[in-house]
Amino acid sequence: MSIVMLKDVKKSFDKLQVLKGVSFSVAPGEVMALIGASGSGKSTALRCIDRLELIDSGEIVVCGHRVNDPQLDLRKLRLDVGIVFQSYNLFPHLTIEENITLAPRSVKKISRAQAREIALASLAKVGLSEKAQNYPEQLSGGQQQRAAIARSLAMEPKVMLFDEVTSALDPKLTGEVLKVIEALAASGITMIMVTHEMNFARRIADKVIFMHQGYVHESGSTDILTSPRTSELREFIGDELH
Amino acid sequence: MILDFTAILARWQMLLDGLTLTIQLALVTTITGFIIGTLCAVARRSHVVIAARAATIYVESIRNTPFLVQIFIVYFGLSSLGFSFSPVAVAIIALTINVSAYTAEIMRAGFDSIHPGQWEAGECLGLSRVQNYWHVALRPAIERVYSSLTSQFILLMLASSMTSQISAEELTAAANFIQSETYRPFETYIIVALIYLAISLLMRLVFWGIALLAFPRRRRLGTNL
Repeated sequence: MSIVMLKDVKKSFDKLQVLKGVSFSVAPGEVMALIGASGSGKSTALRCIDRLELIDSGEIVVCGHRVNDPQLDLRKLRLDVGIVFQSYNLFPHLTIEENITLAPRSVKKISRAQAREIALASLAKVGLSEKAQNYPEQLSGGQQQRAAIARSLAMEPKVMLFDEVTSALDPKLTGEVLKVIEALAASGITMIMVTHEMNFARRIADKVIFMHQGYVHESGSTDILTSPRTSELREFIGDELH
Repeated sequence: MILDFTAILARWQMLLDGLTLTIQLALVTTITGFIIGTLCAVARRSHVVIAARAATIYVESIRNTPFLVQIFIVYFGLSSLGFSFSPVAVAIIALTINVSAYTAEIMRAGFDSIHPGQWEAGECLGLSRVQNYWHVALRPAIERVYSSLTSQFILLMLASSMTSQISAEELTAAANFIQSETYRPFETYIIVALIYLAISLLMRLVFWGIALLAFPRRRRLGTNL
């Protein structure tokens, strides 16, 4: 039984078809790495899962929600899915703690004290307990990204999506964010991550999907990263390592 | 030419009454104008076509007609519909209608300046559109357009002088009356101009104080508005 399932998903932006029939599924607790060159459609596929983009045809089912159903209760889908973006998107006018407590309080209607407890617990998970009262701009990029992860975690999603979360960071800050994600992967939560960090993917992923020109070109265990079957993946990995 | 202010200053009570009403008008219509203007900005950005159209028609017709004419339309319009409002009530209605349109444009710019990623982040956390406006967009939007917004409210206070035309007894109406009694129009309007100047400066001070309270991040990080 899969927790995320895409079946023959097609999606175009104006005349440009970005997804040309993408199918894959993720089992509960699985960590999936979505890799591919820029423009291969991997970020679009991820965004479709959380209905940030509407698909043209095909089917997406996430935690039992039919994502492409017009009758979908969007709020329920968003409660089950957490997403972390490349550009963090923390709310600049709120402290880190307020950033985290906002959704539990206003969406789940949890009391202030309880929300605060949740916030501090999720900040502890990402190693930012001492930053609760700071504003986002007082934090480094890596810390902001960890805070964004904590904000998502506080909603206790069943599936976490990571959209190139380290692409805006230098190698040193990338390391601290990856460490947090790695710990998260070990905790058993289902994760789908779009990433360019091949070594990282190899270390923590259960499954790898290589996208190429709008299709799933190759998929399998992390073995495909060391011994790719197709020349496209071989070439892509070669480029990423150099 | 000899300036003589004694006759005017002797009528300080009248000036004070006018001043009080001017401040009341400014205070009330700043609040009503801000609320209605913000709602119009939201309507104008809405995907509901009819709401967006209605807001656009309202905003553009107010911004492209003179305020004095609007006052008369409200004044005579209400009475020909059979309503009898006091001049002060009419003044409040006309000022609100006027300033809301300008506020709507300023707040629209503020909301438009919020990065799409912010809306998206709120949406993905499960916030509804209303919650997104309220928790995510409103404060940063106000912060960005705060100086335009406060200037608009000061202009509003100054524009309230035009409601003297429908005999709302505010500061300019008091001046008109005093100069006709004392035959000292120049001195009268100098005094009144100074009073308006003082109110404007006071309003700037108040808005500065509000900013300190409303934008704690600015206070903490010492960023200027």
